[in-house]
Amino acid sequence: MAEQVNALPYKANLDIYSETLQRLAETDSNIIAVTSDSRGSGKLVPFGKKFPAQIIEVGIAEQNLVGVAAGLASCGKKVFATSPACFLTARALEQIKNDVAYSNNPVNVVGISAGVSYGALGTTHHSLHDYAALRAINNIIIVAPADNYETEQAIEVAAKTNAPVYLRFGKKPMPPLKETTGEVFQFGKGRVITEGTDVAIVACGETVYPALEAAHLLKEKNITATVISMHTIRPLDTDLLAHVAQQCKAVVTVEEHSVYGGLGEACAAYLLQQGICKPFKIIGIPDEYTVTGSQADIFNHYGINKEGIAAQAMKLLQ
Amino acid sequence: MTTKELKQKSIEYRKKILQYIVKAKAGHTGGSLSCTDILNVLYNEIMNVSPQNFTSPDRDRYIQSKGHTVEALFVVLADKGFFPEEDLNTLCQYKSHYIGHPTRKVNGVEQNTGALGHGLPIAVGTAIAAKLDNKDFRVFTLLGDGEMPEGSNWEAALSAAHYKLDNLCAIVDKNNLQITATTADVCNTDPLDEKWKSFGWAVKEVDGNDVEALKNVLSNLPFEAGKPSFLIAHTTKGKGVSYMENTLKWHHGVPSNEEYKQAIRELEESLLTI
Ligand SMILES: Cc1ncc(C[n+]2csc(CCOP(=O)(O)OP(=O)(O)O)c2C)c(N)n1
Ligand SMILES: [Mg+2]
Repeated sequence: MAEQVNALPYKANLDIYSETLQRLAETDSNIIAVTSDSRGSGKLVPFGKKFPAQIIEVGIAEQNLVGVAAGLASCGKKVFATSPACFLTARALEQIKNDVAYSNNPVNVVGISAGVSYGALGTTHHSLHDYAALRAINNIIIVAPADNYETEQAIEVAAKTNAPVYLRFGKKPMPPLKETTGEVFQFGKGRVITEGTDVAIVACGETVYPALEAAHLLKEKNITATVISMHTIRPLDTDLLAHVAQQCKAVVTVEEHSVYGGLGEACAAYLLQQGICKPFKIIGIPDEYTVTGSQADIFNHYGINKEGIAAQAMKLLQ
Repeated sequence: MTTKELKQKSIEYRKKILQYIVKAKAGHTGGSLSCTDILNVLYNEIMNVSPQNFTSPDRDRYIQSKGHTVEALFVVLADKGFFPEEDLNTLCQYKSHYIGHPTRKVNGVEQNTGALGHGLPIAVGTAIAAKLDNKDFRVFTLLGDGEMPEGSNWEAALSAAHYKLDNLCAIVDKNNLQITATTADVCNTDPLDEKWKSFGWAVKEVDGNDVEALKNVLSNLPFEAGKPSFLIAHTTKGKGVSYMENTLKWHHGVPSNEEYKQAIRELEESLLTI
């Protein structure tokens, strides 16, 4: 008997990155991937085989990676500097700050296997600081696509954007959040995934899907939720944020990042300064030695799952 | 230990490395097997460090810069009695301190590593502290050859020579492979000996899978008075398991049950020919 292949039906955003970049490179020889022994982790091996002249390998040297990318971008190359988010945004932070953002070289800094995607490899391999670090640096767009659609769009838009961009995603297969026919994707414009009036759940990256699942759970309790995929953390879609916060009785934010300095604090700061004061909770990784285990273990431990998000929403609504 | 005993130890270590990688379904197999003999000789013959003196400021320090091959380190630390070997059954599990890189939550680990290019600078600082305090402990660090392009290594190389750190020994596990391809194809750092010499280090080369040769060369530190020592250890990635040797995919490949059995069989056979 033929064995049932237990293939996951969904692709990881990382796979979409690889496919999209290849498609773009087919018609644009200015698309350049720069890697630091990271083409395997970045799923760029096929890209490298197909376009050997369009991949620059610097070896394990992330600071050099970002500097080289800045130089290439200064000459009109559409550069995708690809390496694990943890190394790019920590090791090469000064290169991102000075050579990319400050000097305004339009590099696409692509942080792969972000957040706690690397699970049991531990804190050296986690990036829970990248939104915070980059939000405090002027002139870099910060984007964390949630599903395959957002990823494909984000890469296409990034290739056309003449400004520094940080793209951040994980490697878990991601189901689509909703039907996308007719939709126009833009940096800085959040997506309304589902609408309700009790709680607004604002999430980004791989945490949007559990936020949507939480909304389904809440519905069973007659609580309706608006779920926003806030794929662009900076510039933040403050119009949408203000609108949903006013529409709902409470706001919950969710992110695969420290609770400090990320999406949640960006939303809180905006709402408070606008005088929009609603019960508010930031769900993310707390300020402690991160629990060890897989990404799923870590998410479950900190309540970054449908039950945890729903429970926090109900608590705020009590 | 006699050379024969050391050789036997290396094979035992290799079997355990594979055992725990298979149990955890994760690990850096090839690079753990390439550095096994180096760790064996350091911990069993060269370094003055044990569970008994681990809190003593006079102990020798070992900082594993190529943190990803933590399985080799954990197996050796368990053998030295830093923790019960059974603990390694929890490798990479929820709430276990035995994760995929060295952390100080594990007894015997000096520094949290895993991001490449950090070991040598920390080792330099540790060696400077020894000089400041007139202590005669020594500092060892193990680097990967793929790790060489990290700029921090070269910055640290300058400091080490500047401070004449002859209490410092950096060993490079030169297995000629990294993740993408050979180190020569990814970013050629050869000739390493000339580079490190020109940076002011005393350099020696050794067969890094030959315990006797390792013992001899590491028994004669520093290689030169007033200079830090750099040892180029020529090794084979995946050493000891025929189908893993010099094969890219075993960087972090995890053997299937069948592959595991064959690997153990091969290692046991090699035990008979020592
Ligand atoms: C700063 C940093 N960049 C990238 C990585 C990802 N990484 C882990 S192991 C590895 C290859 C290491 O090759 P090498 O140093 O030759 O080690 P070995 O062959 O001994 O396994 C890479 C790129 C890392 N851990 N740290
Ligand atoms: Mg190597």
